[in-house]
Amino acid sequence: MSTLEIKGLHVEIEGKEILKGVDLTINTNEIHAVMGPNGTGKSTLASAIMGHPKYEVTAGTVTLDGEDVLEMEVDERAKAGLFLAMQYPSEISGVTNADFLRSAINSQREEGDEVSLMKFIRELDSKMETLEMDQEMAQRYLNEGFSGGEKKRNEILQLMMLKPKFAILDEIDSGLDIDALKVVSKGVNEMRGENFGCLIITHYQRLLNYITPDKVHVMMQGRVVKSGGPELAQKLEAQGYDWIKEELGIEDETVGQEA
Amino acid sequence: MTVETKLALTGEDVRSYSESNREPEWLASKRSEAYQLAETLQLPKPDKTKIQNWNFTEFPVHAVKDEPLTGLAELPQDARALIDIENQKNIYVQRNNTPAYLKLSDELKEQGVILTDIFTAAREHPELVQKYFMKDAVKVDEHKLTALHAAFMNGGVFVYVPKGVEVKEPVQVLFLHEGEEVSLFNHAIIVADTNSSLTYVENYLSLSKDSKGLVNIISEVVAEDGAKITYGAVDVLAEGFTSYINRRGLAGRDATIEWALGLMNDCDTIYENVTHLVGDGSVGHSKSVLVGRGTQKQNVTAKTVHWGKGAEGFILQHGVMKEEASTIFNGIGKIEHGASKSDAVQESRVLMLSEKARGDANPILLIDEDDVTAGHAASVGRVDPLQLYYLMSRGISRTEAERLIVHGFLAPVVSQLPIEGVKKQLSEVIERKVR
Repeated sequence: MSTLEIKGLHVEIEGKEILKGVDLTINTNEIHAVMGPNGTGKSTLASAIMGHPKYEVTAGTVTLDGEDVLEMEVDERAKAGLFLAMQYPSEISGVTNADFLRSAINSQREEGDEVSLMKFIRELDSKMETLEMDQEMAQRYLNEGFSGGEKKRNEILQLMMLKPKFAILDEIDSGLDIDALKVVSKGVNEMRGENFGCLIITHYQRLLNYITPDKVHVMMQGRVVKSGGPELAQKLEAQGYDWIKEELGIEDETVGQEA
Repeated sequence: MTVETKLALTGEDVRSYSESNREPEWLASKRSEAYQLAETLQLPKPDKTKIQNWNFTEFPVHAVKDEPLTGLAELPQDARALIDIENQKNIYVQRNNTPAYLKLSDELKEQGVILTDIFTAAREHPELVQKYFMKDAVKVDEHKLTALHAAFMNGGVFVYVPKGVEVKEPVQVLFLHEGEEVSLFNHAIIVADTNSSLTYVENYLSLSKDSKGLVNIISEVVAEDGAKITYGAVDVLAEGFTSYINRRGLAGRDATIEWALGLMNDCDTIYENVTHLVGDGSVGHSKSVLVGRGTQKQNVTAKTVHWGKGAEGFILQHGVMKEEASTIFNGIGKIEHGASKSDAVQESRVLMLSEKARGDANPILLIDEDDVTAGHAASVGRVDPLQLYYLMSRGISRTEAERLIVHGFLAPVVSQLPIEGVKKQLSEVIERKVR
């Protein structure tokens, strides 16, 4: 079993503090959902864990099986087993999806032990089939001209090809219609198992109809303010966030407001 | 008073060189006139690059003599790698100033296709050569360098595709440079007659690192009505040269010229690629990529001139600058009065890999007609940190991520080259230059 542990995490962007002490522990074989209204720091949490250049961690720790993640370069974090499905993946002209994926896979292997082209293509074909992606997507330039839905599928394709220990899905459901949502969920559910842990960041409960979380956390004002089981997500869907705000005496849940 | 430049050769030298090639009289006298013009004409004035102190006139030897090849297998490895020796049916190789190897398929010969060195062409097809040589595309008296070129021309190639003939397999041409004494004043004439088509790929390749010579190259590319020419080129010339490389096209009615140019010289170079869209419905696409390194200075002008109605011009220039290299990119879309419904689009982007490098992208639209569309995009910047972050978040190291981004940035030309060996070579040259 592996463990990703976030303790007292404070994060700033351009001098503004967004996260104000986040605590969260995820083990493999667990799926956690982080929910909350807009502007409460959910995506900042995802980006800070992966090492986005604009986010500065000012206090707290992130460890993966005891190893200090915050000390690592972004590529080292990936090699240690972290993956972030991004909300706004970059477009990279002139680099085909397939070439990029092969470089990514080989970067996690020893020199001389690169994945064979045949094996790579077989696996890519099968994962693309699962995600109902057109085969020609492999030869298109990375995310260039992809629709919103294609980009999301492509993020999940990378997840399935790279098989990380921990994946963070940053609003993977935004802008997806119900069919695409089912397909993306199928991909994530295929990953489920002893060697995989997942943190799903979402506004909406509907994704959690297809990927049942083990734990649900609610973020407000840059902190996790409530945690529970899958029933918490359902309650949020039915009743919204107001009851939590009332319970905790929060008037404005966005970052920058204090209780 | 005009300032006269003392030239490296005398008028007498030019005449005797012309005689030794058994050139027709019109060409010999054109050279003599050019020689006189060269003494007085000014250098061209490329935008934002001062070339007054560049040496365009002094060179060690006008023409060196080499042995022709008995077969392509004799070529040095670097040159051989460009050719699919067994399957390349149509190829011309020039070693320094010597026509060294020629192969043209019987099928094309029967159809009347001509592929030969420029001097043989002048002897054997004088009317055709005279029709196209420095008349409509490039003129002798444009400036000192065009005049010098005509006077000192010491090599080149002639390709002619008759009316209605479609040349399906690419014609490949290699210009090889070996030895520091060598200068290249090559002239290429590429003509696709009415409703014909041709794919032409040329390589300029230095096989030796040293050079004290000059490069003054002109290509005249003519697509007559309804014809299509795809022109690929990869230039990899050694550091010591001073280069002027002018590739110019004329497209007739509904004709298309597509350029894919890999500008990989290590020497100071003035590049010019102008396509005159003369006929209605003509199309000119110019894509070029360049890597500058060391203290190299370059100036690259890509231009489409719209004369015909509904002429479509597209320019893409992508440059990567490293170390202390400096390059000016001029992208010019010029729409003449009367060229209604024309479309001129251009994109110039420069990627800076070092603090001391310099790269300018100058998009220019000159429009003398109301009913047209035009657009331009230009940018100069560093590798996007968010692109780096994205690639690195998949485990790819910073170095490898940068490499992927740079290769991707230069891919528009690589992917267009129709000969596998040349495509691979350009990739490898890029790899070597940006490392």
